Amino acid sequence: MTGVQDPLASMLSAESLIKNFGGIVATDSLSFDVAQGEIHAIIGPNGAGKTTLISQLSGTLMPDGGQIRFDGSDITRMTAPQRARRGLARSFQITSIFKDFSALDNVVLAIQAHRGHSFRFWRPVVDDLSLRDPARAVLEEVGLGARADVLAGNLAHGEQRQLEIAMAIASEPKMLLLDEPMAGMGPEESERMTAYLRSIKGRYTMLLVEHDMDAVFALADTITVLVYGRAIASGPPDTIRANAEVRAAYLGED
Amino acid sequence: MKVLLDIQALKTPRGIVATIVVLLCGLMPIIAPAIGESFYVDVFARTMIWAIAAVSLNLIMGYGGMISFGHAAFFGIGAYTIGILAFHGVTSAWVQWPVALILSALVGLVFGAISLRTKGVYFIMITLALAQMLYFLSVSAQRYGSDDGLTINDRSDFGIGFFNLDDDLTLYYLIFAVLLLCVYVSWRIVNSPFGMVVRGAKSNDNRMQALGYPTTRYKLTAFVIAGVMCGMAGVLDANLEEFVSPDALNWPRSGEMIFMVVLGGMGSLFGPVTGAVVFWLLQDFLANWRGFIGDHWAIIFGPFLILVVLFARGGIHGLVDRLFSRKGGAQ
Ligand SMILES: Nc1ncnc2c1ncn2[C@@H]1O[C@H](COP(=O)(O)OP(=O)(O)OP(=O)(O)O)[C@@H](O)[C@H]1O
Ligand SMILES: [Mg+2]
Repeated sequence: MTGVQDPLASMLSAESLIKNFGGIVATDSLSFDVAQGEIHAIIGPNGAGKTTLISQLSGTLMPDGGQIRFDGSDITRMTAPQRARRGLARSFQITSIFKDFSALDNVVLAIQAHRGHSFRFWRPVVDDLSLRDPARAVLEEVGLGARADVLAGNLAHGEQRQLEIAMAIASEPKMLLLDEPMAGMGPEESERMTAYLRSIKGRYTMLLVEHDMDAVFALADTITVLVYGRAIASGPPDTIRANAEVRAAYLGED
Repeated sequence: MKVLLDIQALKTPRGIVATIVVLLCGLMPIIAPAIGESFYVDVFARTMIWAIAAVSLNLIMGYGGMISFGHAAFFGIGAYTIGILAFHGVTSAWVQWPVALILSALVGLVFGAISLRTKGVYFIMITLALAQMLYFLSVSAQRYGSDDGLTINDRSDFGIGFFNLDDDLTLYYLIFAVLLLCVYVSWRIVNSPFGMVVRGAKSNDNRMQALGYPTTRYKLTAFVIAGVMCGMAGVLDANLEEFVSPDALNWPRSGEMIFMVVLGGMGSLFGPVTGAVVFWLLQDFLANWRGFIGDHWAIIFGPFLILVVLFARGGIHGLVDRLFSRKGGAQ
């Protein structure tokens, strides 16, 4: 499967994924498939288990049952760093950046992670243009070019969200797991982020968790609706919009 | 010396402090006799050894966020290796020193692998517990003096005529050179790709893992490097004091190292050296005061340390930075 640009080929698939927290079933025999190059959106009310799902896919949480396949191999038992180095990158719903590093160094770290091991003890990173030039280009791309030298902790909330995405794409992964990239953004910022995600559509396969329905319907090729850890519907946007059960459970009068 | 230090950094307030401290250490064998206080040469030799230990602790604590309360263990391993080998008649530095450093590395590997399974307070407690295990081992080693310690009859022998540690001045400048080397090595490490990973893990470990770094391996390596550096301090200490006792690896020593790092400025490269110098000079100054203060110097010293921890964030180096920038703002 590797290398062949077959649009129907599966990039990521979950099969009968189960995760319990005590009595709570956060992921309930969940199966789905993300095709190469598509944007697959996961929507659902608060507490539906969306973040829990992303954490299992990225390796931060181990599922209690089921299987995860990525790019042709079984990654169910792999650690988070192993998956990341295979090209499965994620962003976080609650901004997770290096606050005491400059915006540029945040991205440098993201790129360095994919340049073999880092057991190199002597040469200063500041002198390594093969890291800094691409890092600058990535910041430029997400619209943070002018803010490269600002401490990440001093960036505005919207900018930190942009940095979050910049770190995810910096390593040119095969697939992005995006957990509410628009969280806490104003309407204008959301629109810009939507436009940006559309511009990189096709470059990366994406699993997109998002509450902003305008963004979801504008971007997604496939939408899966999650309620209590269970997929109650899955299909193209039009089908989901028309689905009565989905309207009742989640979209309300929308 | 200028080759070792970043010229640009010398112009900053903390650079000036660092320069003064380096000059003080480097010139003490001349200054002390000139002011009629020769014993200060000894004080400074000891201070520099502790500065090496503090620099090594800063590597994991200041840059890696690993607050080890058992760092004195490595100091003790270094010192006891010299003491025990000398006791058995092995005085060649070419045997003693590599054995001491390799032992430090091995113990660092084991202690690190165990304690890095935990975080926060648990990490502090486990490093403390592991170090205390070695302390009790040294107390129970009757052959090597138990509580009374072990006198070392011969200093390490390099077998080089002009380079003889029996000469106090040679030993002094060896300690000085090792200190500068340790600061320089730390500087390289902290700014290297490896250092970036360790600092990143301190800042946000989860994110580092999500980016693809198996962070524990990197932190463990940093732990071992710091252990070896601290073992080196112990090696020098055994040579200077010609004596080693369980006190060298008891927990108050680990606590003092933490204080030196915090006092000077955690996560600043030269901070721990400044911290060590101020720590020993102040202690020496208070203890030599006549009357009440001299007898109860800890009453003043303890609260002083607490005040520094509470109010001087970034330690002396942070304080100097802030004082300077306030002055700049008023102009
Ligand atoms: N570490 C945890 N321990 C116990 N329960 C948890 C844990 N993480 C999540 N849960 C529970 O699992 C369920 C799913 O949570 P999750 O965060 O995945 O929801 P979500 O769909 O991402 O919600 P939101 O839209 O608010 O982000 C919730 O009931 C939550 O309380
Ligand atoms: Mg969530």
